Amino acid sequence: MTASTANQTLVADGVFRLDDDGRPILFGSRCNNCGNHMYPRQSGCPKCMFDGAEDIELAQTGTLWTWTVQAFPPKAPPYLGPVGADFEPYGVGYVELDNQVRVETRLTVGTPEELEIGMEMEIVAQVLGTDDDGNDIVTYAFAPTGDSSNNQENGDAS
Amino acid sequence: MNDVAIVGIGMHEFGRHDGVSGKRMGVVAVRRALADCGLDWSDMQFAVGGSMDAGAADTMVSEVGLTGLPFTNVVNGCATGGTALSQSVNTIKSGAADLGIAIGFDKHEKGAFRIKGPRGKDWYGGSGLALTTQFFGMKITRYMHDHGITQDALARVSAKAFRNGAMNPMAWRRKPMTEEQVLESMMLSWPLTQYMFCSPGEGGVAMIVCRADKAKEYTDTPIYIKAAAMRTRQFGSFEVLAPSTAIDRDPGPTTDASKAAFEMAGLGPQDVDIAQLQDTESGAEIMHMAENGFCEHGEQEDMLARGDTEINGRLPVNTDGGCLANGEPIGASGLRQVYENVLQLRGQAGERQVPNDPKVAYTHVYGAPGISGVTILSR
Repeated sequence: MTASTANQTLVADGVFRLDDDGRPILFGSRCNNCGNHMYPRQSGCPKCMFDGAEDIELAQTGTLWTWTVQAFPPKAPPYLGPVGADFEPYGVGYVELDNQVRVETRLTVGTPEELEIGMEMEIVAQVLGTDDDGNDIVTYAFAPTGDSSNNQENGDAS
Repeated sequence: MNDVAIVGIGMHEFGRHDGVSGKRMGVVAVRRALADCGLDWSDMQFAVGGSMDAGAADTMVSEVGLTGLPFTNVVNGCATGGTALSQSVNTIKSGAADLGIAIGFDKHEKGAFRIKGPRGKDWYGGSGLALTTQFFGMKITRYMHDHGITQDALARVSAKAFRNGAMNPMAWRRKPMTEEQVLESMMLSWPLTQYMFCSPGEGGVAMIVCRADKAKEYTDTPIYIKAAAMRTRQFGSFEVLAPSTAIDRDPGPTTDASKAAFEMAGLGPQDVDIAQLQDTESGAEIMHMAENGFCEHGEQEDMLARGDTEINGRLPVNTDGGCLANGEPIGASGLRQVYENVLQLRGQAGERQVPNDPKVAYTHVYGAPGISGVTILSR
C-alpha cells in the first residue's frame, strides 16, 4: 500500500475517476424528482420511486459515521489485496458526505485506537495489488483529514 | 378465516454432519415431526419447504413418499424457513387445506456467507468490502456510540448463548464459555470477536400445522400461531452489503415486522414471556431486543448485567442457545426458533425449561438484504 512508480489501473470502470492530483472522485446520481443521492450510479430512486437521475460527482471529504477493522484476510478472489503473511488489518467504514449520502469505504487507518465516529475524513487513492501486466490496481479509501501519510497513499502515477 | 395451530415438531441436530446431505436432514426432521403427533406423510394435504444451498425441498418426496401432494418450494434468504411457515399458515387460514407441513433445512460450507460484488468488475469484493461480518461490526459500533452499550455486554450475550446451548441436545456448540474467553478470542471485525459470531451450519426443522379447531385430534398440547409477519427494508434502513446508505434513517425491517405481528396478534411486547431473537452476532441480539420493542435503546446494558434475559430472568432470550450456539443453516434457522418456543410452551424443554410458565412466545429472524420475519405463538 505504498507509493509506486508502476502504471495504474482502476479497480473498476464507471465507479470513480482520479482528479489531477490523483485523488478519487466517486460517481454518484441525484434523483431528478426528489434530489436523493445514490452511489453507485442508478436511475431508479428508492426514496420517491421516480425513475430518472442526473450523473454527479460526489464530495471528496466527509465525516466518519461508523467503522470496523477487517482483522482477517478476505477470500481471494474476489479480494485483490494482499492475503496470507502479507495481510494487514484495514479499516472499513461509512463516511457521511455532507447533504449527499454515506458511502462505504476502506479506511487508511486499521487500528481501533485511531478511529473515532465523527472524525473528518478525505478520500485518497489506495493501491490494492498489481494485475497480471504489473499495473497497480487502485481503489479508493478515506483517510483522516490532514494525516501526513495521506500524500504517500496517493500513489503518484508519474 | 381459520385459526392455525402447530401440532407436531421435528428437528435434525444442528452442527456439521459430514456425509449427510441437507435434504436428508430435512427428511429426518419430517419423520420426527410426523412421529411427534402420530400422523403419516400420507395425511399431509400440502407441504411448503425450502433451503438456500441444499437444493429444492420438493425432491424429498422421493424419500418420504410419492403421495402426489402439492409441494411448494420457497427460497427467501434468512426468512426461508419463516416463509415456509407463514405460507403454510396462510394456506390453512384461507381454507384451502386443513393440515400440512412446513420444512426448512440447509447445509453450508465453512465461510459460506461470502458475497460477490454488485456489478461489473468485482470492485466491491476486490476492494475487500464484500464481507457480512463488517456490516455487523459497523452497525454495533454506531449503536454502542449512540446508546452506551459496552463490549462486556457483547460478551455476556455470547456466554449466555453457550450456557444455554450446553443444555440443548440439538445444539452445535455445547461447551460453556466465560465472558473472558469470549473477549479474548480472535478479533474478527471490531468490536466483535470470533465467539461473538455465529457460523454457517447444517440442520433441518419441520412442523405440522392444522386448523386450530381440529388440533386436539392430533395432540393434547396444540400451540397456536397468533401472528406470522414478514417485512423488507424501507428507505434509510442501514443494511448489510450496501455500498452506500442514506443520511435519512429508518428503524429497519425488524421494527416494521414486529409492529405488524403484534397488531395481528392483538398483543404487545409486555405480553411476551420468552423470545428467540436473531443473534447472527451478539450485538444483533442486543439491538434486536430494542428493535422488537422489548426495551428502550440503551437499556440492554443494565438488563444483561441483571440477567433479565437469562432462562430464569424476566424475559428469557434465545433459550436454545440461538444462532451463536446452533449455527445458522439459513433455511432451517427461523423454524429452529419456533421449534424451541413450541417446546417451551408445552413445558418440554427439559433442563432449559423457563420457569415463568410461558403463555406467549416470540420469534424474530433478520437477514440480507434487509428482511425480517416475526412469529407470535401462544398455548
